[in-house]
Amino acid sequence: MDFSKYDPLEDTMYQVMDENGIIINSDHDNKLSDEKAKQSYEKMLFARQADLKAVSFQRQGRMYTYPPNLGQEAIAVAAGMVIRNEDWLVPAFRELGAYLAKGMSLKEFFLYFRGHEDSLIFENANNMLPFSVPIASQLLHAVGIGYAINYRNEKNKAVFTFVGDGGTSEGDFHEALNFAAVWKVPVVFIVQNNQFAISVPFKKQTASINIAVKSAAYGITGIKVDGNDIFAMYDAVQSSADYARKGNGPVLIEALTFRSGAHTTSDDPSKYRTQKEEEEWEKKDPILRMRKYLENKNLWDKKEEEKLLDQYNLEIDRQFEEAEKYPAGSLNDVFQYQYEKLPDELKRQKAAYEKFLNWKEGRK
Amino acid sequence: MKVMNMVNSINQALDMKLTEDEDIVIYGEDSGYEGGVFRVTEGLQAKFGENRVFDSPLAESAIAGTALGMAVAGLRPVIEMQFSGFAYPAFNQIISHISRFRNRTRGRFPVPMVIRMPYGGGINALEHHSESMEAIWGHIPGLQVVIPSTPHDAKGLLISAIESNDPVIFMEPKRIYRAIKQEVSEEKFTIPLGKANIISEGDDITIIAYGAMIREVQKAAVMAKKNNINAELIDLRSIYPIDRETIANSVKKTGRMLFVNEGPSSFGIGAEIISIVNEEAFLSLEAPPTRLSGFDTVIPLPMGEHFYQNDPMQIYYEIEKLVNF
Repeated sequence: MDFSKYDPLEDTMYQVMDENGIIINSDHDNKLSDEKAKQSYEKMLFARQADLKAVSFQRQGRMYTYPPNLGQEAIAVAAGMVIRNEDWLVPAFRELGAYLAKGMSLKEFFLYFRGHEDSLIFENANNMLPFSVPIASQLLHAVGIGYAINYRNEKNKAVFTFVGDGGTSEGDFHEALNFAAVWKVPVVFIVQNNQFAISVPFKKQTASINIAVKSAAYGITGIKVDGNDIFAMYDAVQSSADYARKGNGPVLIEALTFRSGAHTTSDDPSKYRTQKEEEEWEKKDPILRMRKYLENKNLWDKKEEEKLLDQYNLEIDRQFEEAEKYPAGSLNDVFQYQYEKLPDELKRQKAAYEKFLNWKEGRK
Repeated sequence: MKVMNMVNSINQALDMKLTEDEDIVIYGEDSGYEGGVFRVTEGLQAKFGENRVFDSPLAESAIAGTALGMAVAGLRPVIEMQFSGFAYPAFNQIISHISRFRNRTRGRFPVPMVIRMPYGGGINALEHHSESMEAIWGHIPGLQVVIPSTPHDAKGLLISAIESNDPVIFMEPKRIYRAIKQEVSEEKFTIPLGKANIISEGDDITIIAYGAMIREVQKAAVMAKKNNINAELIDLRSIYPIDRETIANSVKKTGRMLFVNEGPSSFGIGAEIISIVNEEAFLSLEAPPTRLSGFDTVIPLPMGEHFYQNDPMQIYYEIEKLVNF
């Protein structure tokens, strides 16, 4: 795509499909065929269903604190459709669709929020880092991986990393974009601007007209995209990936969206945003929009969707049950991964604790 | 063998590893073209090229954070913090990611990297250039913290640090960067991490130190010897993992322990060592295990620094107190 047509300095936003599912901009490069469009819808639907169920598992006390993806599915699903097996994915923590595309299982995802480190092995996901809770710190890891790609002269490989709007205030966001630009690394930065950093609205986060505009200061390409429009997101991410893979350097994508759910299951958004605001964004929901598009093209059928949801629910429940059946870690697991070889001091601490356990056992 | 100072021997260790292993890259502020403000990496960029030895933009968090990315992607970065006093912007990357990645990915992503940083006082430096905050790094699970005291040790320990598959904080005592010269083998050799070095044996008191304080402790030991006190000198070499066994065996023999370092006293390495001595050698003690550190104050600027820095006379004063306890 021609990035220059969507100048962040003018606050232009790249959009392909409007809220009614009508294509308003046919001048885009990476179009989704009917088949792919349908697939993208189904991927969003699956991610949403898994996400809704995760919240419900948490409410049932079967999972700990969980950060919902609700309303933001198009961004991660679009990225997931672009990311290849050999590419790297450096997550924040609200990009379920991308993790699934990379090969993470839902079982692993649920296991993480049930509090088990084994979840982060991501057995079948190639080149995917674990979730990053310290905000924006992960962006630097993506840049370092990008350096390694260039250093080894690996062609056609890119790194995809995510951050939220709040994260753009962090120093690491600045440092990452600056290093990425100077080193000309193949990194696609995707900012999910969901307009709230927990309770703090976007306007209190920055005085910039948008986030994409920040790219100009680093001398890199940036674009603001309608993050609830999967056509626009897919084209923007694919074009950015092509651009980065060709050795042109990093791209900053601002994906404008709205976190329809809470920050985490411990958060209550009604305290800091209005119902009106929520209703307005409901109309822009990425899945609703895509459904309208598919309906217009006679590619959607209510019964078919119900059948699909039944299948999804079975699959999600099956994977959750696997996560529930997963055995709790041993004392050995606490120690054995801290260093390549367990230092004597840790052996001593472990032995001392085992001695206590034996003593406790003996008193029963 | 060749006579070298610590700057030369570290440079040689880096040169050897760069030659041997293509995955090694070296970067930091001024580390490339200029060879670092202390010239430790001098000549390496000219020899190995700008892809392998380079100047990064000026941002410590990014230097550390990008190194983690390189390490998980299979490189072995050796990065430089220009002064340990400037390493704190990188603290989040070190404590939140670099030290934890192996554990939280159950070994899938180890982080083989070395973070070099000159530390310590005694060079009449500006503010923020003289601190000895090794205890901060020693407290972080997942790190190894290494401090050499001689050109020979610096070479062998640094090679081990680079070859380790876990992250190492390698603190270089800048006060003795050029002050000590000795013959160092030009061959490759390693010194194991986590093992202390008994510099000299003695029966009356164990003195434990590291880095630039070793030279001061040695001078104090000479004074003690003149007064018929035989001190056993231990160079800790590694703050973490700490060599409990060597400390314990020595104090069991001497019954007395004096620890000397340059950092603030409270919650420092001295507290850790005294705790080890209490746990391992309680019944052998003839006097309370003691630490001689800096004060719990900011290290004074050069005109007042002598109050803060332990000199041989003050170390000897503590030795005598313990022997006469």
